Amino acid sequence: MSNQAKSLTWQDQVHRVARRIRMRVLEHTLNNNGGYLSQACSSAETLATLYLKVMNLGPSEAPMVPLPFPGVPGPGNKNYFTGAAYNGPRAPHLDRFYLSPAHYALVLYATLIEVGRMAPEGLAQFNQDGSSVEMIGAEHSPGMEVTSGSLAQALSQAIGVALARRLRGETGRTWVYLSDGEFQEGQTWEAMQFLSFYKLDSVGIYVDVNGQQCDGTTESVMSIEPLKARLEAFGARVFQVDGHDPDALAAPAELEPDGRPLVVLAYTDPCRGLDLLRERAPKLHYVRFKGPEEWQLYADELRKMQAEEGV
Amino acid sequence: MEILKRVHAQNLVEWAKDKPEVVVLSADLTSSSEADLFRDTYPDRFYSCGIAEQNMLSIAGGMAREGLYPYVHTFAVFIYRRAYDQIAMSIAYPNLPVRMIGFLPGILTPGGATHQAIEDIAVMRALPNMTILETGDATDVESVLDVAQAVEGPVYVRMLRGEIPRLFDASEPMVFNRARVLSRGTDIALITSGICTEEAMRATNVLRERGVSIQHLHVTTLKPFTDPTVLEAAESAKYGVITMENHSIIGGLGTAVAEVMAEAGLGKRLVRIGIPDVFSHGASRQYLMKELGLDAAALVRKVEEVVGQPLGITEDDLAAVRLTAVHSDAKAEAL
Repeated sequence: MSNQAKSLTWQDQVHRVARRIRMRVLEHTLNNNGGYLSQACSSAETLATLYLKVMNLGPSEAPMVPLPFPGVPGPGNKNYFTGAAYNGPRAPHLDRFYLSPAHYALVLYATLIEVGRMAPEGLAQFNQDGSSVEMIGAEHSPGMEVTSGSLAQALSQAIGVALARRLRGETGRTWVYLSDGEFQEGQTWEAMQFLSFYKLDSVGIYVDVNGQQCDGTTESVMSIEPLKARLEAFGARVFQVDGHDPDALAAPAELEPDGRPLVVLAYTDPCRGLDLLRERAPKLHYVRFKGPEEWQLYADELRKMQAEEGV
Repeated sequence: MEILKRVHAQNLVEWAKDKPEVVVLSADLTSSSEADLFRDTYPDRFYSCGIAEQNMLSIAGGMAREGLYPYVHTFAVFIYRRAYDQIAMSIAYPNLPVRMIGFLPGILTPGGATHQAIEDIAVMRALPNMTILETGDATDVESVLDVAQAVEGPVYVRMLRGEIPRLFDASEPMVFNRARVLSRGTDIALITSGICTEEAMRATNVLRERGVSIQHLHVTTLKPFTDPTVLEAAESAKYGVITMENHSIIGGLGTAVAEVMAEAGLGKRLVRIGIPDVFSHGASRQYLMKELGLDAAALVRKVEEVVGQPLGITEDDLAAVRLTAVHSDAKAEAL
């Protein structure tokens, strides 16, 4: 981050990083004629707030340009690594981060770049054969520590991590980023009842409530509302916030834990910062341009955004 | 033959005494999976997860990442059928040391199709990084935890509970990837696992008296399946090989033996005794073993087929057999 950026308030830094996440994901989507673009639009401020304000992480311990895929884990592979080192060292007082919707990996990679934990060149390896920068991120992918592409498993795994940390008396918190569609999975609710029962308030959950899933809007596929009331009925401490407002996103994490698992429902706009996308609604899950004309529209928009940002 | 009660319940408490990194997770079947003594002795290391196996298995994966050794206790069927994706992605892919202790495998439960783990070995054997162990008596149950704990990655155990016999001398613990040689012989290689070993021993006692020479192996490591003892037994069997297991004939011990024989180019007859690719129903162990052809009488019939002559063995002959604990390479039985 430049000195100029460092002189900004943290809220302005979040907005700046969020704008640049969107631009980087849009650029990537143009270069590859496809990408999880709406997820960047919905989650940019939340991920930026987590990395810049909420999470207590040490500096990255991973190479700026990600190493190639180290082979699958197993007894014969001593070289396997996870992407957790991008989130800093493991220490009792430091936080952990677990990305559950692994198809948000592209947004996570962009976030790591914009907060200075990964080199921009790293994104060139995205979805390339033999790369660890996978399309659906796995635990060897930058910023990731569990293999969460089969949805709703990361929260339970993070609970296991948090229980072990509690046994050791560690003070660091364990953050999990979820997508709203995962509340259609039974395992998520199993995990919520477990968190409440064991008063595991070291676990904090941020949810991208963008109202979108593969088949269309969440309302049309399988409604999860009223999500806040449902979670409260499960014993969670729930905050429903504007997912593009850094102050609103960060405030719940400042509260003293009170025994209840913390859930921040970040209600977001899947087309935020990129109005062109609205024409594609409600099919926003994966953006692939219909032809050269549409591609050019988005390319022009990117140039406009870059000019405004001065990059 | 000595019959012991709640062997695992007591053994687990003793075994875990000096292992603070061992934790136990249970899904509302704590007494039923003999984890109640552990719960009462080490309450801080016991996690009641409720009837929520998917969450439980993923949590176990998370704990294992942090250096704990989670011993998941529930019925075998609820481990692999209910939470297969969680086992695959939260445990097996990252090769984490989660130990899944599955009770009432196969037809050991009168609970019917919902409770009977009849294809668990088939399913778990296909998972990369998975190790599969099965217990057949009290000595196996007492020693399986040491075997499991020495494995780097995940382990699935077919465990026995309640009243179980001691078939093998208490001084001879289970050994990883090594079959127990229960008798030596050259007519038939008989390879059995789990509760079928006890049943087979009833038959082999009588078969031996009728002049059939049997190399009897008791297998406890079902994956990996690279124990040279198996192929050696098959190679030296004059008439052929018989496998016998409390599991579907598809994907379990019989299949593993078939793979080993075929890959070695061993063109010998193989007869697989097991659950014949059918679902079962709620009934007693004895009833189902007879109905499905898993008992000593079924083995005798198969031996008659393989050697090509009737042996005149009756149900009464088999019922009269009194088993005693054997050493793994029992001299007395060799013909």
